[in-house]
Amino acid sequence: MNRKNPLPNSNPNSPNSSMQALHFLQALARIARAAPKPAHSARTRQIRHAAYASMAHSSRSSRRTWSRALLHRLRQWQQQRPGRLLTVRRRVRIVTPITSRPEEPARAETLRQLVPGGRGMEYCNLLEETADYVQCLRAQVQLMQTLLDAFSS
Amino acid sequence: MSSRRGRITDEEMNELISKLQLLLPESRRRNVGRASAGKLLKETCSYIKSLHREVDDLSDRLSQLMATMDDNSPQADIIRSLLRS
Repeated sequence: MNRKNPLPNSNPNSPNSSMQALHFLQALARIARAAPKPAHSARTRQIRHAAYASMAHSSRSSRRTWSRALLHRLRQWQQQRPGRLLTVRRRVRIVTPITSRPEEPARAETLRQLVPGGRGMEYCNLLEETADYVQCLRAQVQLMQTLLDAFSS
Repeated sequence: MSSRRGRITDEEMNELISKLQLLLPESRRRNVGRASAGKLLKETCSYIKSLHREVDDLSDRLSQLMATMDDNSPQADIIRSLLRS
């Protein structure tokens, strides 16, 4: 599959990426060992869950707001069992409204929704967290692509 | 805002914006041009969404791959040896 947007160089040998990679590989190994073998869609969900969990657990990110928010979200996903008729009762979190700086672009709202935990952040924290989140996301995508390439030749 | 140590300086803000711009891949960076915060955020949002989609897609493909691997395949051995530290 041709990648239209090759990732800019990020150091795959940094300790943070190694932790992220190791965590993900261990999770994959657990998924592979599961018996009976899960259905494709269930396994896909598990892999996706492992991907985001590895990102949140990489040593760089564990101090970050987005990684804590992501872990919280992941725990909620895990507790939902698909196939059951669920009444999803959302816990309404009261988020203190942030008075936006007048120069904060309107786009920031979308960004707040995309970055885990973004809603409660001050604007400049949001930018910092976004940068960190994007780096981890990229590393994860790179890792998964590398694994696919290595094992499907 | 009132409890903050001090407002972030314009310089620090510009640094953050440049940092975000550098994280975008080349093709997306071109869409942004001069550091206009609004365009940059828009492109960053679009980039994050595409990365999320990639994770979904790669998860699906990894899942397919794992379906075809059995316990005795060479790939399984590689993974096992990778995890033995």
